[in-house]
Amino acid sequence: MMEKMIFGRYLPGDSFTHRLDPRSKLLFIFLFIFAVFLANNTVTYAILLGFTLFVIIISRIRFSFLLGGLKPILFLVVFTLLMHLFLTREGPVLFHWKFITIYEEGLRQGIYISLRFFILVLMTTVLTLTTSPISITDGVETLLNPLKRLKLPVHELAMMMSIALRFIPTLMDETDKILKAQLARGSDISSGSVQQRVKAVIPLLVPLFVSAFKRAEDLAVAMEVKGYRGGEGRTRFRKLNWQAGDTAVMIIFGVLCAVLLYLRA
Amino acid sequence: MREVLSMDTVSFAYETDEDVFVQAVADVSFTIREGEWVSIVGHNGSGKSTLAKLMIGLLFPAGGTVHVFLEPLTEDNLWDIRSKLGVVFQNPDNQFVGATVQDDVAFALENNGVPYETMQVRVKEALAQVGMSAYALHEPHHLSGGQKQRVAIAGALAMDPDILILDEATSMLDPQGRGEVIDLITELRRTTGLTVISITHDLEEVLLADRVLVMNQGRLVDSGTPESIFEQGSRLQEHGLDLPFALRMSELLREAGLPLTGDHMSEEELVNELWTLYFSK
Amino acid sequence: MSFAYAPGTPFEKKALFDINEAVPSGSYTAVIGHTGSGKSTLLLHLNGLLKPTEGTVRVGDTLITSETKGKALRTVRRNVGIVFQFPEHQLFEETVLKDIMFGPLNFGIPEEEAKALALELIELLGLPADVADKSPFELSGGQMRRVAIAGVLAFKPSVLILDEPTAGLDPQGRREIMELFERFHREEGLTTILVTHSMEDAARYADHVIVMHEGHAVLAGPPEDVLTDGTRLEQYRLELPRTVRFQRDIERLIGGPLAERALTEEKLAALIAQRAGEQGDGR
Repeated sequence: MMEKMIFGRYLPGDSFTHRLDPRSKLLFIFLFIFAVFLANNTVTYAILLGFTLFVIIISRIRFSFLLGGLKPILFLVVFTLLMHLFLTREGPVLFHWKFITIYEEGLRQGIYISLRFFILVLMTTVLTLTTSPISITDGVETLLNPLKRLKLPVHELAMMMSIALRFIPTLMDETDKILKAQLARGSDISSGSVQQRVKAVIPLLVPLFVSAFKRAEDLAVAMEVKGYRGGEGRTRFRKLNWQAGDTAVMIIFGVLCAVLLYLRA
Repeated sequence: MREVLSMDTVSFAYETDEDVFVQAVADVSFTIREGEWVSIVGHNGSGKSTLAKLMIGLLFPAGGTVHVFLEPLTEDNLWDIRSKLGVVFQNPDNQFVGATVQDDVAFALENNGVPYETMQVRVKEALAQVGMSAYALHEPHHLSGGQKQRVAIAGALAMDPDILILDEATSMLDPQGRGEVIDLITELRRTTGLTVISITHDLEEVLLADRVLVMNQGRLVDSGTPESIFEQGSRLQEHGLDLPFALRMSELLREAGLPLTGDHMSEEELVNELWTLYFSK
Repeated sequence: MSFAYAPGTPFEKKALFDINEAVPSGSYTAVIGHTGSGKSTLLLHLNGLLKPTEGTVRVGDTLITSETKGKALRTVRRNVGIVFQFPEHQLFEETVLKDIMFGPLNFGIPEEEAKALALELIELLGLPADVADKSPFELSGGQMRRVAIAGVLAFKPSVLILDEPTAGLDPQGRREIMELFERFHREEGLTTILVTHSMEDAARYADHVIVMHEGHAVLAGPPEDVLTDGTRLEQYRLELPRTVRFQRDIERLIGGPLAERALTEEKLAALIAQRAGEQGDGR
């Protein structure tokens, strides 16, 4: 199940969206979250949905891949829809059977809200699928740079984020190895009472923490010896490059908002 | 040749509990000159790792001085001196900072404020030097241990260091990875004349060095060419080293009643003596 | 048997192909091959940590297929102990004693018995007696490894699998650990399976050798045959053990074979001395 989950994963490629500057993508997503709330009738929701599909197409991501990967989240979307269907009691009654009553407003709200949620999930997934974690980190750091004046440790945050991303696969491997070693010693995690299972996790967690601390120590030494002293006086190997395409994205976003504002009820 | 690193009666003790000290290094003195390849050997716990930490200013001696490039190593010139040292540690995973190979190679350059354009060139050059250019965009968990250590060496080379320090850099690798790293160091020495200090118990690495320093219980107990060190035969095992195969064979042959004369560093020498003494008649 | 990671998905990756091998009971079997040859994947099958995608693995009287679960796996794990690479990474208890007792207690050995055995193992493995109540994390690297090994020996498996058990140790530590396993193998009548890169260790300790290459078991048999087959080994990018190479050099020189094939240095020295003696007598 985890193997198929694509939310938050990166898929290398060379589409228009892949080539965009992470700053324009991040800025776009951030503003888009608000723009979604502008939609409040069928036309505006249709425009939003159409726009989202357009973005997916130019990102060259297959729909089947996207929907397959988002299955667990689709479940949440459907759940949202059902909640509204059954719990909203406004407007004319559309359907009544035994204790189930569905009102028109419930249907409308259900569709709108689950659609809104779905569109946001699709858009953020497109962002992570087309932007490598390291670019996202770079983008976040640059965009947050002005906040340094407020003494926010922007560089340190970005460094932490990038190291965390770097070590996730390493720690996953480690977990797998320790799990196997303890299973071989007769540890049993998949059966027994809740209490027994919680207890069975300790042989996994302790070694994992010990090794993570050891790694952190080694890494700190390696970084220090390579001359790392925080963000001061540091240059960067990666350069972000704002191009015409990025400006175009911002303009398109402006147009989208204007259209939504004009057409909303 | 110019002196690049020296220790003068250096001592260091770790505090384990309050007021309980364990002497890790005692009264160690030696000088390393430009262009040398020096191996430091000894058991685990012989003080050789502490020695490495003293060289790169992770620890400061309790007594004596460490000179790097003829300057005594202090808190003040520490960062300056480190920018001229390349260090490769034991665990290939735990020293890989960058998200990709090229990011990792660039890390020290970034820290030292090297300008963008220079950085691009240096990263490419360093990757070419270690034969990892094709992997520039790879992520670390798709690399073998040997490849990761080659990237670590590239990261050190990018700063154009005067000394390369290998702190048990091959001990966690499989034979193939170990071979890759040793071949790379040999090649780098041939093309650049880099000074190499390697802390190791790998026999092959030791045999390639110009000079060997033997540590035992915190003291420098011996130093000399690999040949002169290996002449001591089985005493070497006390110092955490294996005997080269030829040497071990000639000892066993002597025990089996064949009085051989010379000390044999290579199998060829041994075979030749066997031939002349016993089989050529 | 065959094995593939994530079968039936686009990420499917075949790791083992049509392995048909038997490890004789009571043997000391060495599995050699390069990193990525499939030898580590293979060993995980031997106690049900991985299950074959196709075919079967039989351990003693228990059959493991892709369907096997629960109780049968426990029986297998009870009988097959694995010492993983860097086994000290599995230590977690507050004291050395408790950590060694973890396995035995999991497998239902009574506490008193487990404790007695653990204390015995601490001594057998050459650890100082006072480590029993210490935290395993206070020990030196070499001692931690011994404690971890004790934790596997403690439930008295009849098959012991060793995955590069000496990785990262210095030469003396390596020798001591290997001698220790050799002694256990003999005294306890274990079936030992050593997964290694070292042709020398395979030559010195094993009485049966399996060579893995790109997911296939390509060569198997007694070490006298397998480890002296220069052409085949070279094909799999493996080197002959040093003793074998040296014996070849000598034989080339004297223009004929020695009385036997030697796999250890001691044996080789004896053979050479014997031959030199004959030569002397013949003069």
